[in-house]
Amino acid sequence: MTNKRTKEHYCLGIESSADDFSVGISTFNGKILANVIDAYVPMEGGIHPREAARHHAEVASKVLGGAFKESGVKPQNLSVIAFSQGPGLGPCLRTGATVARALASYLKIPLVGVNHCVAHIEIGKLATGTKNPLTLYVSGGNTIVAAFDAGRYRIFGETLDIALGNCLDVFAREAGLHQKPGLPFGAVVEKLAQGGKQLIKLPYTVKGMDVSLSGLLTAAVAFSRKAGCRLEDLCYSLQETAFSMVTEVTERALAHTGRDEVLLTGGVAANKRLQNMIASVAREHDARFDVVPTRFAIDNGAMVAWTGVLAYTHGTVTAIEKSQVRLRWRLEEVEIPWMQ
Amino acid sequence: MKRPALMKKGAEANLYLADWHGRKAVLKKRLPKEYRPRMLDEQIRSYRTIHEPQLMHEAKKAGVPTPIIFLIDHKSTTIIMEYIEGKQVKQILNEVTKSQRQNLCFRIGELIGRLHEYGIVHGDLTTSNLILRSDGKIFFLDFGLGDKTKELEARGVDLHLMKRALQSTHYKFADECFESAINGYSTVLSPRTSENVLEKIKEIEKRGRYVSERKERE
Repeated sequence: MTNKRTKEHYCLGIESSADDFSVGISTFNGKILANVIDAYVPMEGGIHPREAARHHAEVASKVLGGAFKESGVKPQNLSVIAFSQGPGLGPCLRTGATVARALASYLKIPLVGVNHCVAHIEIGKLATGTKNPLTLYVSGGNTIVAAFDAGRYRIFGETLDIALGNCLDVFAREAGLHQKPGLPFGAVVEKLAQGGKQLIKLPYTVKGMDVSLSGLLTAAVAFSRKAGCRLEDLCYSLQETAFSMVTEVTERALAHTGRDEVLLTGGVAANKRLQNMIASVAREHDARFDVVPTRFAIDNGAMVAWTGVLAYTHGTVTAIEKSQVRLRWRLEEVEIPWMQ
Repeated sequence: MKRPALMKKGAEANLYLADWHGRKAVLKKRLPKEYRPRMLDEQIRSYRTIHEPQLMHEAKKAGVPTPIIFLIDHKSTTIIMEYIEGKQVKQILNEVTKSQRQNLCFRIGELIGRLHEYGIVHGDLTTSNLILRSDGKIFFLDFGLGDKTKELEARGVDLHLMKRALQSTHYKFADECFESAINGYSTVLSPRTSENVLEKIKEIEKRGRYVSERKERE
């Protein structure tokens, strides 16, 4: 459907896979016109899926309104609605999917279900101008080293247990730290780590191109309960050890695939120390290094909108009756027709 | 010794083609990584330099071909070893017929079985770490991430990693290759042990993020 006045096509994308509810609007040429994010910050503990979903339902209309206002686009000017179909937390995904289905049916425009991991890679490529990178995607739910080959993003390395962001978050919580809107646990740990002087020996577990972070988390939490252990040193040691592990597997994948671009994306990509480490291995292998800007690093609607554009313009439409959320939708399962 | 020529710039080490008293040799030097703290970097490099040749030596005892070690210098984190004339299994797998491929994977599986039976896990079972020598022998390289253990968990992870490496690099026939390898593996270890390892692989897969095995619960 075309907007007759301006001839411009727009896609609205809804992201709700975890603690953020976000709506983004992208033109079909990849211009991001809006990206409104509302984060659910639990009073204590981790993300309770039901509580987060309730937050999403409460803020949905405010965030949608904000995105229309920010972009100046009217609902009737939209050509397609995209939503994060998975992977993620069920109740959260379902809330976003419901909003997406309602909008698409009301406006009588097509619906496109987007894979959350693909969206993180695509927004990184769009924002940095990389074409065919080796991607390190690190967030609260994912730790993946992937590159495109023969129609799909292939996973070369990943975590065997918990995700990097999850490791940092749980440690911070167990160590009694607090997050605030705008200052998530990752940023709190990063700040404390800057005051670290001494490296405490923690388990370093690289297996092939995979990493295991659960033992490291257990050890770090145990240290945090010991007397005489500076929290700054512990944050520093946790970061250095965990980041060295993911950097090592990224380098392995880089040597294995011989790519000349490295892209760092996902929520943990905002960490400066990690950026420096990945930049260092990229330099070592004569590859260009890029990192996604912070507003597109965390979960956001713009990445879903842009991936929706790519999928829709390459023939993908999700029928309403096939739009149920996919909690464990693996990156490797998604066909990527726009890369051929 | 002639000045060695850089043969391959790997992820953790540079490989140089060298001459060892008239024999063609490979010099493997683990270089400092500026991204990680110096103390951690030195620990990792020094440990792996000593550990790798030890495991290669043990592997021979298990009946698994590995290059002969000529020299180990842990101060310069350097290993000099025999050069194996042959082709990487990574290249061969895509070139051969289906039955040749299955046969090759079956034999690789047998060799992994021997390693595990003897109490060694390789830790990085990718097809680029396997060399098919011109006489048909399969050589195992890169034991830097290996371990001496008979634990079920370690064996399961070892094979799980191999499966993953096949899926990312040889996606067209990953399943068929892994199946042949498991068939070979099961001829070496007792039926009960192989069964336990296979069960373990399934369990490890379920621990991962977003795996199809978990879909049944949805």
